[in-house]
Amino acid sequence: MSLSITLTLNGVTRAIAFEDARVTLLDLLRDRLDLPGTKKGCDRGQCGACTVLVNGRRTTACLTLAATLEGAEVTTIEGLAPEGTLHPVQQAFIDNDAFQCGYCTPGQIMSAVGLIAEGRAGTDPERIREGMSGNICRCAAYHGITLAVQQATRSMVHPDTAAKTGDAA
Amino acid sequence: MKPFDFKQPATLEQALTLWHPGAAWLGGGTNLVDLMKIGVARPDTVIDITRIPGLSEIDLADDGSARIGALVKNSDLADHPGFAARFPMVAEALLSGASGQLRNAATLGGNLMQAPRCPWFQLPESACNRRNPGSGCDARQVGGLALIGASEGCSAIHPSDLCVPLLALDAVVEVAGPDGHREVPFATLHRLPGEHPETATTLAPGELIVALRLPAGAARFAGHAAYLKVRERTSFAFALTSAAAALELRDGRITAARLALGGIAPKPWRVPEAEALLIGQPPGAEVFARAAAHALEGADPAARKNWRRLLAIRTAQKALHMAALGTPETLPALPGSVFRSPAQEVSHA
Amino acid sequence: MPEIAQPFRFGSNAGQPVTRRDGIAKVTGAAAFAADTAPAGLLHALCAPAAIARGRVTHLDIARAESHPGVVRVLTPANRPFLEGDPAEKPTMFSFRIEVLQDDSVRYAGQPIAMVLAETPEAAAEGVRLLNPQYAAETPRVTLDEEAAYPVEPGGFGRPAATLHGDIEAAHGAATRALDVTYTTAPQYHNAMETHAVVAEWTGDRLHLALPSQALAMSCAAYAWFFGIPVENVTLSSPYLGGGFGSKAIPTGPQVLAILAARVLGRPVKLMLPRAQMFGPTGHRGATRQRLRLGIDDDFALTALDHDSLSETSSFDDFHEPAANASQGLYAAQALRSTHRGVRLDVGTPGPMRAPGEASGSAALECAMDEMAEQAGLDPLAFRLLNYAETEPGTGRPYSSKALRDCYRLGAERFGWAHRPLTPRQMRDAEGMLVGWGMGTALFPAPMFQAQARATLNPDGTALVETAAADMGQGAWTALAQIAADALGLPLEKVTFHSGHSSLPDGGVAGGSGHTATAGGALHAAGTDVIRQLAEIATADPASPLHGAGNARVAARDGQLFLVDDETRAEAFEAILARHGGQSLTGGGSAARPPEDAQRHAMSSHGAVFAEVKVDPELCQVRVTRLVGAFAAGRIINPRLADSQLYGGMIWGIGMALHEEAHHDPRTGRVLNADLAGYHVPVNADVTGLEVLTVHEEDPHVNILGIKGVGEIGVTGTVGAIGNAIWHATGKRIRRFPIRIEDLLAE
Repeated sequence: MSLSITLTLNGVTRAIAFEDARVTLLDLLRDRLDLPGTKKGCDRGQCGACTVLVNGRRTTACLTLAATLEGAEVTTIEGLAPEGTLHPVQQAFIDNDAFQCGYCTPGQIMSAVGLIAEGRAGTDPERIREGMSGNICRCAAYHGITLAVQQATRSMVHPDTAAKTGDAA
Repeated sequence: MKPFDFKQPATLEQALTLWHPGAAWLGGGTNLVDLMKIGVARPDTVIDITRIPGLSEIDLADDGSARIGALVKNSDLADHPGFAARFPMVAEALLSGASGQLRNAATLGGNLMQAPRCPWFQLPESACNRRNPGSGCDARQVGGLALIGASEGCSAIHPSDLCVPLLALDAVVEVAGPDGHREVPFATLHRLPGEHPETATTLAPGELIVALRLPAGAARFAGHAAYLKVRERTSFAFALTSAAAALELRDGRITAARLALGGIAPKPWRVPEAEALLIGQPPGAEVFARAAAHALEGADPAARKNWRRLLAIRTAQKALHMAALGTPETLPALPGSVFRSPAQEVSHA
Repeated sequence: MPEIAQPFRFGSNAGQPVTRRDGIAKVTGAAAFAADTAPAGLLHALCAPAAIARGRVTHLDIARAESHPGVVRVLTPANRPFLEGDPAEKPTMFSFRIEVLQDDSVRYAGQPIAMVLAETPEAAAEGVRLLNPQYAAETPRVTLDEEAAYPVEPGGFGRPAATLHGDIEAAHGAATRALDVTYTTAPQYHNAMETHAVVAEWTGDRLHLALPSQALAMSCAAYAWFFGIPVENVTLSSPYLGGGFGSKAIPTGPQVLAILAARVLGRPVKLMLPRAQMFGPTGHRGATRQRLRLGIDDDFALTALDHDSLSETSSFDDFHEPAANASQGLYAAQALRSTHRGVRLDVGTPGPMRAPGEASGSAALECAMDEMAEQAGLDPLAFRLLNYAETEPGTGRPYSSKALRDCYRLGAERFGWAHRPLTPRQMRDAEGMLVGWGMGTALFPAPMFQAQARATLNPDGTALVETAAADMGQGAWTALAQIAADALGLPLEKVTFHSGHSSLPDGGVAGGSGHTATAGGALHAAGTDVIRQLAEIATADPASPLHGAGNARVAARDGQLFLVDDETRAEAFEAILARHGGQSLTGGGSAARPPEDAQRHAMSSHGAVFAEVKVDPELCQVRVTRLVGAFAAGRIINPRLADSQLYGGMIWGIGMALHEEAHHDPRTGRVLNADLAGYHVPVNADVTGLEVLTVHEEDPHVNILGIKGVGEIGVTGTVGAIGNAIWHATGKRIRRFPIRIEDLLAE
């Protein structure tokens, strides 16, 4: 069965055809659209490595059937910031060494962007920890991740007074 | 995954017409797509109901009741300020489940229809009466899983957090089907496995949940309600045991009480007699202990010595205690958690 | 006097907390991991895993699988193409025997029993499902059985297989106070976030691999051996590993099968193991049962320390968790014995997993030390200081360096250890949670392997340095470049580093916490070789201000050569090379520890970990609320990255203490929680109040760079510290890890 959807992917609206209703958003991105920045860690919604924004909200691409996405807006790590620039969350991850191997990092960053947009955590380290608990980091860079989300939140909400590094987490 | 036809009906009527044995409703996909990947669900048709209009509303009525469309996302319901104020333990249960990503996708209707989290149910090669009627039950080799309400054929535990407070609050499920609409009291939505573990709910084939209602009376517990969930790690884990407790207090006495438990039975568990023990009493450790113990009275004889039985009793007891203290102004940083605040201060005895 | 976390300037680069050089690639999704590559014509491979642990496969519905649209081929023992290397033999010293469909037997659950090749991942998955395997199953052995135990000598990582000093029985019998306790640890699985993957492509008899590898050259040799081709015909690209933790140093059966499929089908093949298949063919940390017998005299001196560890291996190969090694070199026991015993189970062969041996062994040892201190009525830290080993116990060898005393002191100060009540159940927080404090000593040996490197100084004053190192997150891309830049006397930004590809000089093994020392040592030697050549040119060149100076008096810094005793005599690299024909200069170097150095000194990293836990008094859920670790690991090349390694190790300690355990189905032997929802590893909310201190050590013996390594030591010490803190909070001594609610709930 051949399917076609119109998707606004990283800001560009395009018609996307694929051959199989079984295709998930994750496999569509990785295997059909040459966007391998989104990672497969468990393929079952249990690790968060495949987190992308769908209509501005963080979600696991591995449990999203591509066919359901007609008209949706999808943002992946490749489209988070214009070429040659970094989103404040990306910069904060570098500043706070919020990753080691880097494999879960695209998912962590997209999840952090989603969390900040949700507006529930603010810079409270405990709420950030809870809010980021859907993203497993086996290198266990959690200490830096919490600091990075604090820093990015500050710079996005109060860009003028943003401290370079976060509070003690 | 077995190849399937993908349908995206534009109306409820179309959806109901499309359904046939072998078809599956798709909401957020967080449960169904996973089950399809591991070979437990093998539908020939997937009916995506998310384009059906009118199923995504949250209506709060002036009388204190609420009606929530089946397609409302878990996170949207938990974050709805009016809803969370009126039904704080429902919001807390929602936020204690899964992860931020999954809550953004998961729907109310899907949460009510969640498959159990029995390891053997999830392994297609193993014997499981629920997945494959008549094949047996591999969970028996470890003495079964559920403490209460299990049968010889199935002892899988209901995984939902959300369903626990909904049961406590006498929610009503609105269902549409080929024969029209009907209402299902929450207490009769899920069924015990008995001799037919393959039938987990009282919905008929082809019926679809369209909404959930919380009755006006449920809002009176807003000031004294708690959802508590014991886990093997601090977050992103299923409940070992959980409890939703809600009290109405007048003049220092309990005038109404609700208590439901999760993580222990094939369906969310509630014992009205345990609630009745609380009525007319002043809140206190002793009466909470009695009510909590009573809620586990029906435990299977084999589960009597099970540590999870003791844990469930204590969970219920502590949830009642927290409810008596009063609902906090804001949701705790770790919803549902045993660890309510990150306070570093330590006192020496 | 050592200082805390002071950036140590070794040249201008090492010691600086620079951010990761691969940072932008990793935060933008541009960093290409193995499975991110997609050559044209790619086929997708997927293994069918055995659902039983012991027996035979009696039937596979191959016709049904092959008839599924998109399925191209099903490989089974009946049609598996010829493989030159015998999977019952081992291509390299670190290899294990693998399963590549050599017969229909099943030796552990999750073993590959067929491989499906398909045009899409969806078709491959359904093809595997349709195979519907049937088995003749036998009763599996999946639990440690004392009856079946036999003595083993596990290959230690920098330690002997067993030790015996003094008369242990006599010493234990004569002790004033004696302890005899048994601790157990659970089977654990690495679960790197990137599962094992390969993209394999053949051109003729040349093999191109995108494959995450902790040991590129060794992997190439192994794959060449399996496929009967010269090693130079294999190219392996492994710029980034999505975590390894010991599981990605050696070939696995599924990867070899995928490469074989690519050869016979004449198309590139991609395999990425599903998460569930990470619980079988890719190694794990075997369960242990450890008996510790301790004795002390009237002065609280350890007179006896006897550590025996029983651990599992597979039915067909040998790797035993060398847990008792943890007791070999830490406390000044008068009589000391460490022994290992093993049993064969129907599980995949265990393997090295972050801090193999020391992680499990120190968990048991540190808890036993705490129990001994309790019996003696002593503060656990005071008891350890009373038994501080000034030289290696038993052998009397000096330590190459050992700032453990400073770790104890600084860690205790930062934690506030002095306020700890001696007896348990004395502290509560504002909400009534039980609070407990515990500590443990951390240690991990400081081994080295072998590596080579090349350095090229360009006429424009930039340099290229090259070695096939492996960055699995520890920061090789950055820390190794810092070392190389210092050797060349260049600022970091002028140094280009090529790594992670087999065409480069052998960078050795990323394991044993020895990679920075080894690959860094080779880069240091290569850079030094270039500077030596440059100095020869300059000092022989009459036009140079350095003309006539002896080579030994010339040093390099900031892109210049200068005279050590007269810094006004200096010249830029570019100027020297410009007069020398504008050619670049290339140097080479290697690193390995001379055996006599290894004999002369005991070499280890050390540390002290202090833990605070909170425990709900009724529900018994535990949260680690503070962890302070103070570590002495020689020279720290990049404090930012080293801290991350230590944080990560300590969080692994939380996982080992409270979460990680694979549960086997007793009937089939398969792992029941083979996913990340059931096999719990710590999540972000499990981590709060983490602090790392590093104590600088000047170690002239361990290697030329003075590096001991930080990758694994964080796990050690932490597990025991948490167990001890739980005792201190609750008064309950739980002698198994992970410690679960049910253990604490028991009356």
